[in-house]
Amino acid sequence: MQLPVINNAASEAPKGGCSAGSCGSTDDQMNHLPEHIREKVFNHPCYSEEAHHYFARMHVAVAPACNIQCNYCNRKYDCANESRPGVVSELHHPVQAVKKVLAVAATIPQMTVLGIAGPGDPLANPERTFETFRMLSEQAPDIKLCVSTNGLSLPDQVEELAKYNIDHVTITINCVDPDVGAQIYPWIFWKNKRIKGREGAAILIEQQQKGLEMLVAKGILVKVNSVMIPGVNDQHLAEVSKIVKAKGAFLHNVMPLISEAEHGTYYGLTGQRGPTHDELQALQDACSGDMNMMRHCRQCRADAVGLLGEDRGAEFTMDKIEAMDINYPEAMKMRAEVHAAINEELESKRLAKEAKVQLVSIQGIKAKPETRPVLMAVATKGGGVINEHFGHASEFLIYEASSEGVRFIGHRKTTPYCEGGDTCGDGESALDKTLKVLAGCEVVLCSKVGYEPWGPLESAGIQPNGEHAMEAIEDAILKVYEEMRVAGKLEAKVETQQKVA
Amino acid sequence: MALEIIESCVNCWACEPLCPSKAIYEAKPHFLIDPNKCTECASDFEDPQCATICPIEGAILNDDGVPLNPPGSLTGIPIQQLAA
Repeated sequence: MQLPVINNAASEAPKGGCSAGSCGSTDDQMNHLPEHIREKVFNHPCYSEEAHHYFARMHVAVAPACNIQCNYCNRKYDCANESRPGVVSELHHPVQAVKKVLAVAATIPQMTVLGIAGPGDPLANPERTFETFRMLSEQAPDIKLCVSTNGLSLPDQVEELAKYNIDHVTITINCVDPDVGAQIYPWIFWKNKRIKGREGAAILIEQQQKGLEMLVAKGILVKVNSVMIPGVNDQHLAEVSKIVKAKGAFLHNVMPLISEAEHGTYYGLTGQRGPTHDELQALQDACSGDMNMMRHCRQCRADAVGLLGEDRGAEFTMDKIEAMDINYPEAMKMRAEVHAAINEELESKRLAKEAKVQLVSIQGIKAKPETRPVLMAVATKGGGVINEHFGHASEFLIYEASSEGVRFIGHRKTTPYCEGGDTCGDGESALDKTLKVLAGCEVVLCSKVGYEPWGPLESAGIQPNGEHAMEAIEDAILKVYEEMRVAGKLEAKVETQQKVA
Repeated sequence: MALEIIESCVNCWACEPLCPSKAIYEAKPHFLIDPNKCTECASDFEDPQCATICPIEGAILNDDGVPLNPPGSLTGIPIQQLAA
């Protein structure tokens, strides 16, 4: 299978706002990966922007212990990094966790990936983590296994990881400089001692880098997560990105610090703020010249279940699972059919895109007039189409349309404007929140928009648009962008939206 | 001579595998230390291991009922913020 043509076309086209990164269509992120990596990640929702519209993941909370402290984490409420700063509802023993995984996989056949992400550090709980992986690799060979770690004990565990065919590892690397690390990690537990400050951070950094190198040498895919902490490591992360790429990490996920005072973290209680949408995007763009950037991360809980951005955990509490009768070999057949259908859909989309690009290259690339980029928000339930009602959306995907094409920027969470029933009375304040969340966007695309939010959206400079229900996201965005161009709304009047090259 | 785990324990399991005397056990509502087995790691380690990895300030007390990790000692959160 050859690499999609779009990449070649893009390299011939004159370079615009951004260089190598995630420009052009949203799945470019995948297209410039080597084939053997594409094969591994095409159905991994956390590693592939496109896959996350179709495939689901789950985490099992089997790993409560941690061997370091991070200033963005409060151990009383679990880890705010890999999980959202909520609590995991139930901690599981490995046998329970495996039962849960089989129940979810049989009920949600789109679930392709099982991760262990806490609520502590999975590799600080090697027995529980590896027992879970061992049982799953025997009982559910059609599920991909992955793990995330702070990296401290990673070098000691690489052999064991390779044994269970765990080919995706995420390391959270927030710095490569111990002076920066001392502001993020108050202590680590190392060789039977608690080591504080710079000395502890230096050991952690050394172990992370060593672990990264060992994983790459074993052919295990590594994604690096970094938490962007304004004033602490924001200037430093571009260097981190360069270094981890040079060592062979294939994807970098820069996430915003979450630090509400009520989470009780050091950062939350001492007033350390998280980055704004613009600051996050600027850093991601700055890093993207050197590295594949992940922009669709939802910073999910350590017990999340479902498509990214949704959590169906409540359907799979232990008491409900006990009542389910799961025949996994049968379920596996059904799952294979569902996966084949999704793959077919993805493949036909890819071919359609190739055909389009070939057409463009035959006709020659028309010198399009320089038009300014526009941010658009999309309400979707998945499947890569516009299929969510404005009032029901708990998050919006943000895309940038420009003369270069469409690129995915990120997602923004909100409270659904109208949840229906008794929460509707709160609709007005929820709308205010959504208006704030959509700041900078000029269009919001959804399957339907009610009469009431229409006016406030328009006066906030955000055009509601329900005309493209059930259409593919990128196609609809291009159409709307073209309409704006024809209407003379895209004159390059403002440079403020232009991204750093 | 024995340490004690009190109710602020969050049941994170970090201490349990480290105890050289196997004095720590899972219990409800939180982990406990068997005072007959606990040696405070005297002959095994420089520092008592449970209190060395415990992330929760105040959760482990010494013989005199004094926390081995007093408020602010692990997170660096100023005490007035902790009280708030």
